[in-house]
Amino acid sequence: MKRIEAIALAAEAAEGQNALLVCNIGFPSRELYAVKDRSENFYMLGSMGLASSIGLGLALARPGRRVIVLEGDGAVLMNLGTLATIAHHAPENYLLVILDNCCYGSTGSQPTCTCLGTDLEGIAKGAGVASTRTAANAEDLRLALKGNGVVIAKVEPGNADVPVICLSPCEILTKFMGAALSTVGSSQNIRQA
Amino acid sequence: MNPTLAVFRGLKRAQIDFAASVPCVNLQQLLNLVGEDPGIIHVPVTREEEGVGVCAGAWMGGKKPVLLMQNSGLGNSVNALASLDFLYEIPLLMIISHRGCEGEPIVGQVPMGRLTPGLLGAMQIPRFSPAPAQAEATVAKAWSLAAAERKPVAVLLDLQFWRET
Repeated sequence: MKRIEAIALAAEAAEGQNALLVCNIGFPSRELYAVKDRSENFYMLGSMGLASSIGLGLALARPGRRVIVLEGDGAVLMNLGTLATIAHHAPENYLLVILDNCCYGSTGSQPTCTCLGTDLEGIAKGAGVASTRTAANAEDLRLALKGNGVVIAKVEPGNADVPVICLSPCEILTKFMGAALSTVGSSQNIRQA
Repeated sequence: MNPTLAVFRGLKRAQIDFAASVPCVNLQQLLNLVGEDPGIIHVPVTREEEGVGVCAGAWMGGKKPVLLMQNSGLGNSVNALASLDFLYEIPLLMIISHRGCEGEPIVGQVPMGRLTPGLLGAMQIPRFSPAPAQAEATVAKAWSLAAAERKPVAVLLDLQFWRET
């Protein structure tokens, strides 16, 4: 599975679940912007490694709202403590998807430790995350996107040919917060629908 | 005025309802008060930079966040403060225990302690260092400034602050 295909599946699931979607810096955000731009997308432009943390803060602040995070293997290796924090605080409305392409894809595809066998699902499990799984293909990922906890999505290295995001940081934030703070889309509303 | 209580009252006056923290011995009573307060969601994190991310997400979700930490953690947070909070104009109140200043018994704290005020200055992060008697009002004012200017603001509290009664 190409990363952009995994991102497209996550974007589709997020839209279907009316979920907020926090996306990792670099090409993943650009690919998400290209496949499905929504106000509910938060595109990171800096602070590599913190997508999972931003999403956790959001999920705790908005317990009625589903939050999905797209993070990279290189980024999560930079902030492994996040997995322990997620294990101890992760609410049911939170899902972390680690797009594992075994490399730093936005900087020239230098290998990460997952290329050498570092097992991110094993690390998440060891950190105490109750629900973990590895999605090896699109079908696995589609199923995993319905759950919570941590999912490792195995994807091929390589970036899609997509343009840069033509939104300023403040435009991204303003649009996103409008969607995040809207009462429409809370899980209560979804249940009633 | 008990210094811990003064800071806690400041947080309550500012209507802080979300806290991320990494411990310092001088914050232990404050961490207990924050942890026991039903009006504050408390997320102990593993590293201060992670706390900057958690607090940013909480603010996007409508909360008023504080990051409780030692000044050593400021060094761990520099890039996140710049490329998350400054970039997107996200407010953050930081209550920082300032170690490595006068009276510090641990030599390892001294270099970062000396560098901390200059680091905050270089990052253009407003900094307040009140005495306990003024701490409640100052903490509340620091959050107001963070929210109004949409940036991180620090309340830097040295060893002497925590010793006063």
